[in-house]
Amino acid sequence: MTQIAFPTPDPDILARRDDIISGLAALLPPECLITSEDERRAYETDALTSYRRLPLAVVLPRSTQEVSAVLCYCHSQGVKVVPRGAGTSLAGGAIPQEDAIVIGVSKMNRILEIDYANRMARVESGVTNLSITDHVMPEGFFYAPDPSSQLACTIAGNIGMNSGGAHCLKYGVTVNNILGATLVLMDGTILQIGGPALDASGLDLLGLIIGSEGQLGIVTEACVRLLRAAEGARPVLFGFDSSEDAGACVAAIIAAGIVPVAMEFMDRPAIEICEAFAHAGYPLDVEAMLIIEVEGAQEEMAMQLERIITIAKAHHVKVVKESSSAMEAALIWKGRKSAFGATGRVADYICMDGTVPTSQLVHVLARTAEIIDTYGLKVANVFHAGDGNMHPLIMYNANDPASQALAEAAGNDILRLCVDAGGCLTGEHGVGIEKRDLMRHQFSKADLDQQMRVRAAFDPEWLLNPAKVFPLDERVPVDAPVPRKERAAA
Amino acid sequence: MSAFLPKDEAEASDYVKSCYASGQSLTLMGNGTRQHLGRPIVTAHTLTTSAMSGITLYEPSELVIRAKAGTPVSEIEKVIAAKGQMLPFEAMDLRHVYGTQGEPTVGGLTATGLSGPRRIQQGGVRDHLIGVSFINGRGELIKSGGRVMKNVTGLDLVKISCGAHGTLGLLAELTFKLRPKPETEATLLINGLSDARGIEALCLAMGTPYEVSASAHLPSGSTRDPAQTLIRIENFASSVTYRVEQLAHALKAFGVWEILNAQDSAQLWHKIANVTLLPSSSALWRLSVPPTKAAACVAQIKAHMSIDYHYDWSGGLIWVSCATDNAAASMHIRAAVTAAQGHAILIRAPDQLRATHPVFEPQSEAMMKLNASIKASLDPKGLFNPGRMYAGL
Ligand SMILES: Cc1cc2nc3c(=O)[nH]c(=O)nc-3n(C[C@H](O)[C@H](O)[C@H](O)COP(=O)(O)OP(=O)(O)OC[C@H]3O[C@@H](n4cnc5c(N)ncnc54)[C@H](O)[C@@H]3O)c2cc1C
Repeated sequence: MTQIAFPTPDPDILARRDDIISGLAALLPPECLITSEDERRAYETDALTSYRRLPLAVVLPRSTQEVSAVLCYCHSQGVKVVPRGAGTSLAGGAIPQEDAIVIGVSKMNRILEIDYANRMARVESGVTNLSITDHVMPEGFFYAPDPSSQLACTIAGNIGMNSGGAHCLKYGVTVNNILGATLVLMDGTILQIGGPALDASGLDLLGLIIGSEGQLGIVTEACVRLLRAAEGARPVLFGFDSSEDAGACVAAIIAAGIVPVAMEFMDRPAIEICEAFAHAGYPLDVEAMLIIEVEGAQEEMAMQLERIITIAKAHHVKVVKESSSAMEAALIWKGRKSAFGATGRVADYICMDGTVPTSQLVHVLARTAEIIDTYGLKVANVFHAGDGNMHPLIMYNANDPASQALAEAAGNDILRLCVDAGGCLTGEHGVGIEKRDLMRHQFSKADLDQQMRVRAAFDPEWLLNPAKVFPLDERVPVDAPVPRKERAAA
Repeated sequence: MSAFLPKDEAEASDYVKSCYASGQSLTLMGNGTRQHLGRPIVTAHTLTTSAMSGITLYEPSELVIRAKAGTPVSEIEKVIAAKGQMLPFEAMDLRHVYGTQGEPTVGGLTATGLSGPRRIQQGGVRDHLIGVSFINGRGELIKSGGRVMKNVTGLDLVKISCGAHGTLGLLAELTFKLRPKPETEATLLINGLSDARGIEALCLAMGTPYEVSASAHLPSGSTRDPAQTLIRIENFASSVTYRVEQLAHALKAFGVWEILNAQDSAQLWHKIANVTLLPSSSALWRLSVPPTKAAACVAQIKAHMSIDYHYDWSGGLIWVSCATDNAAASMHIRAAVTAAQGHAILIRAPDQLRATHPVFEPQSEAMMKLNASIKASLDPKGLFNPGRMYAGL
């Protein structure tokens, strides 16, 4: 039983599939066009694997000009387009639909320019997140946003979702680390937004595009900010007998004027799952654990840790475990960053991503446990505590449709809870198809209509990633431009 | 022409609805300390947010504050300073620049989106703005973002509200994330470097692990000799001591660095932030370029005209002051920033000059078309600050 609806494919487009494919074939060499069913399968879903739709075709352009040519063609033919990076979206943001082509940026993966003096890199958008950091690390630099999927996910997808990561507490999320982007609009227009200089001129279009989930245009290049890495970094484990203590400790650290680089939370089920996978030395006799990372020179880290440990002690910390070597530190992060994968070995799961004010963390955790109980399910909590970005991993059995339905219903209840606690539906994974129908819980009709009107300023015909983010009914606000078909008929 | 002074969102929304019905345009204002920023405009009415004032939420342990648009920035700064916190982007105060009086509001700060020296390290106004409510051109109250640090729900209308100079909506309430105020600060200072050498030192400093929070170069000129190159560290006291030492060592090739104590450092950066070191009667430009292109950009301008100037943001932010009667200045400055892959705003000039020369960086035709669609989607009748940024927008 699938809970999330897809729009009915446009029969006219399906009937014209052969024509459309020959149209595309005229624009690109054969290795850039995927049409066989076998090969299209690789693109039918993303990391929300319980939903899948086979696209009409997949196009893998090699340049901004090719993207522009393909979009221009699709625009003229009224063909829908789903942009794709690496397909690691957890929200179904990159899941195609049968009457759409996928445009993937995987062949555009070059680093074009590294400029240490200006602390900037210019990259093609299909480059993976981690490869930028890998490239500049020998010089002591890094690209800050670090989603756990960073080995695979692309800058294109990061921009699509405004992705975050464990170290965003200090360094900000994607939108705070992108200086410029090349954007191709649905009609093929190529726009250069921002660039190597700070504070792009004119309206802040970068801020609008980042996190727009592939609905406004296709990003083909980006100028990203590089930062110099700290002298050293040290993650420390803090084990607590209760989530309450751990949550209160987080709030107290921030109130004391300390913003560590990262403050990650795991509850007992998450600790057990991750420890079994990574053997990171996590304490197994605690109910909650925080990974707190400090940065700086040895003495600076020691001083900060001393302050943090004093606060933790006031909150009844049971275990404090400092990493004593670079290897141990790496293992601590490996355990945390493989939390989703490790959970996936134990059970199927869906990952929620609501954010709540940090003062509400304890309340929301307790209510989450109650909700999960009501549905007779299991949950592991592992999340970015410093910024209140929760990640309950709801475990279920994907072979049992009833179990999946229960998990989705529990997830929806938890997200409503986050919104009601003063937070939001998604902190970093995006709305995609997954939370589309909950948008009305967070936004008023006027809010959503306004967002859709702005969306229509970029893509009046709703051809770009059209089944995402906004509830499927009531899509086009009254005063939006007339859809292309009616216009053609008129 | 009448002046509206709504006391809350509901009243403001009613005013806008009536303007929507009549098609009469509105100048949006806070307390008017930056009213001379942007192209001169003429509208049927003025709407002032002065009476929509007050902090509506402050959670120190969550590093978040929310306030009505008309709230004085000084009120916010005072309240958060009492809890050891700050607005990370180092809000500018432009009263000196414009010779205006009154209390700058947080709505005006957001609408103009200009950030101070710490922007180079911590990000700008838009990076810390996490929630807005605004009244669109139909008179509807729209919310975007919220009060949590991480939020990617729906299309983000928060960032674009910042720096739109009131052309997209009437800001009603704003939520910012804060940072703990560092325990102390110090500034490294060296005299006598050329522009290029000074900026080279700044770029190197920014590339060290010592978290430089501001970096400026003040060249020698009519009011100063020799040039000063400045690098600020803010942190816990012991870290400041350590980092200043390390930096002076790392940059010893440039000479011997003096250290300014916390008080002198704070005073100096206050002046740099608020551009009080440049003449106050001239035209004033704000240029943003990649730091390594800044010195050449200035040299190109100087080849054509006489200017006073200084650099902030590792060299990338150039404040240029020049005579107001130089009609070619705009052309030379625009050409130089374009060559440097940057952009410029004419911050201060007589109305006549701002009416006849672009104030904001000219945009491509395709970009203007998109801007116009975005404007129309938010303000379909073009009621708000029409033409403030670009003609017809
Ligand atoms: C194990 C695991 C761990 C994860 N951990 C994190 C985490 O810590 N933090 C986090 O934020 N996310 C995390 N994610 C989610 C996911 O990795 C991010 O959303 C990531 O940014 C997606 O990148 P991608 O290249 O896979 O993009 P895709 O999944 O292919 O696409 C993501 C969205 O961007 C759009 N898009 C793709 N390319 C373009 C383009 N060129 N132009 C415009 N739009 C485009 C797509 O249409 C889609 O809406 C995790 C996922 C997994 C599977």
